[in-house]
Amino acid sequence: MPLLLLVSALAFGLLQLVPGGPLEVYLSNPGVRPEDLERLRRALGLDRPLWVQYVSWLGAFLTGDWGYSFSDGRPVLVRVLERLPASAELLVVSLLLAVAAAVPAGIAAAVRRGTAVDRTLSGLAAVGVSLPAFWLGLMLQLVFAIGLGWLPSAGRAADGGLTARLPFILMPAVVLAFVHAAAWMRYLRGSLVDVLGATYLRAARARGVARGGELLRHALPNALAPVATVVLLDVALLVPGAVVTESVFAWPGVGSLFTEALGRRDYTVLLALLMASAVAVILFNLIADLVHAWLDPRVAA
Amino acid sequence: MRRGWALLLALAAVALLAPLVAPYAPDALDLANRRAAPSVAHWFGTDDLGRDAFSRALFGGRVSIAIGLLSAAVAVTLGVAVGAASAYAGGWTDTVLMRATDAMLSVPRLLLLMVAAATLQPSVPTLVLLVGAVGWMETARVTRAAVRGLLGQDYVAAARAVGAGHVRVVSRHLLTNAAGGIRTAAVLAVGRAILVESALSFFGVGVQPPDASWGSMLYQAQSAMSTEPWLALFPGACIVVTVGGLTAVAERV
Repeated sequence: MPLLLLVSALAFGLLQLVPGGPLEVYLSNPGVRPEDLERLRRALGLDRPLWVQYVSWLGAFLTGDWGYSFSDGRPVLVRVLERLPASAELLVVSLLLAVAAAVPAGIAAAVRRGTAVDRTLSGLAAVGVSLPAFWLGLMLQLVFAIGLGWLPSAGRAADGGLTARLPFILMPAVVLAFVHAAAWMRYLRGSLVDVLGATYLRAARARGVARGGELLRHALPNALAPVATVVLLDVALLVPGAVVTESVFAWPGVGSLFTEALGRRDYTVLLALLMASAVAVILFNLIADLVHAWLDPRVAA
Repeated sequence: MRRGWALLLALAAVALLAPLVAPYAPDALDLANRRAAPSVAHWFGTDDLGRDAFSRALFGGRVSIAIGLLSAAVAVTLGVAVGAASAYAGGWTDTVLMRATDAMLSVPRLLLLMVAAATLQPSVPTLVLLVGAVGWMETARVTRAAVRGLLGQDYVAAARAVGAGHVRVVSRHLLTNAAGGIRTAAVLAVGRAILVESALSFFGVGVQPPDASWGSMLYQAQSAMSTEPWLALFPGACIVVTVGGLTAVAERV
């Protein structure tokens, strides 16, 4: 809740700094007299104190009235909702891909700690966290679309079967997944290394529990609980990542809507998307808390 | 660690000495050699105006690295101030400052910055302040944790007993001993700032022509990907090497 207030206040404050103000287009129009401007200002409520404007805007946002897009006059909420399915598709595929890559890689690196396997995987993960996602996208396009011609460089197939849609989603999903997979793999490796050194596992080993599979059955559940929480918290961070990735691959989701609005200075859309992403963060924080409590009963007590 | 530092020093030196090292002026046009692929004469190739991409990458690196360092300086200054105040004052101040830090951490900062940059159309100094203003939270947390751990030490009590004031205790006794963790946080902050600036510039709301950074070079390269792929390759590789070097150094400090 305080987060929502912070984001809304920051975003609203930023909007006040737009050069020329909201009536800028009329200022340079010779047919618009000063008294017309004054009337417009009153009609739009711009003569009220700033905080009254802020409260009424926040109230409208919370009740689903997101205003109208500057660039095409359609309701912002409609524009966001029509882009949502494409983004959801990309997020889900990336999330599955990232988890499918991070978990085995983290386990392998932790179990074979200090070996070449660990060094290779950890090195790859270190590259992953210092790589600008948009550049990874450009390089994949260069190799697989422009160079080899195996995949379409951008866009999305909205209908058609899996074989029609898969080529389009492959590169954006890999880009979006890579950065997070790298971070999660590092986290899981660290967590697992800690657990593997714990007393109860030394006891298990002393009892003759074999290394490898049996050890993982004891260790993995305990190592995975904190990782699951981090993954859920990071899902909210996929949203800004999606903005970058969707724009590079012209994926027609909410993220592309954001950069399109950025290019057109479509402030109503930008403001709504900022608020929506803050709401997403809050939502996933809540879910992460609940899941953490469910995985680790000590937290709930 | 050694290699990481050596790499970073070399990068900083090359960027600093760009006017001496660069084979061409970054804005020198050579219309006979437009869109040339990388060669001995033009290591990174040339762009659609015949400008040498290697020289441009050197000068762009100056801008990227300078923005990274200065924004990190802003972020670390803010972070140390917030973290030290939070730990030293404790109680209410601590609660409020840490709540604010947590809230700022979960703000989608790249998006907020993109909107801010689009709205303000910042000059490079303003850009430094903007990037710095959203990068202080990690340092604040590290500083708070380190200072809190030191508060109970006997030498702090001793300093107080001989009449040292709050400012002196914090600056001379607490922060100097918390410097290790703060240094790591600062190195990471530089890398993060470089990545944030490159993203802003890549979306056309960061560094504006005639200035160029690695990110804004990629912004321009994007439209010529199929004809001059080398323009997209090298500036990005520069970012990865720089940020990778910073991360490697930070992890072993």
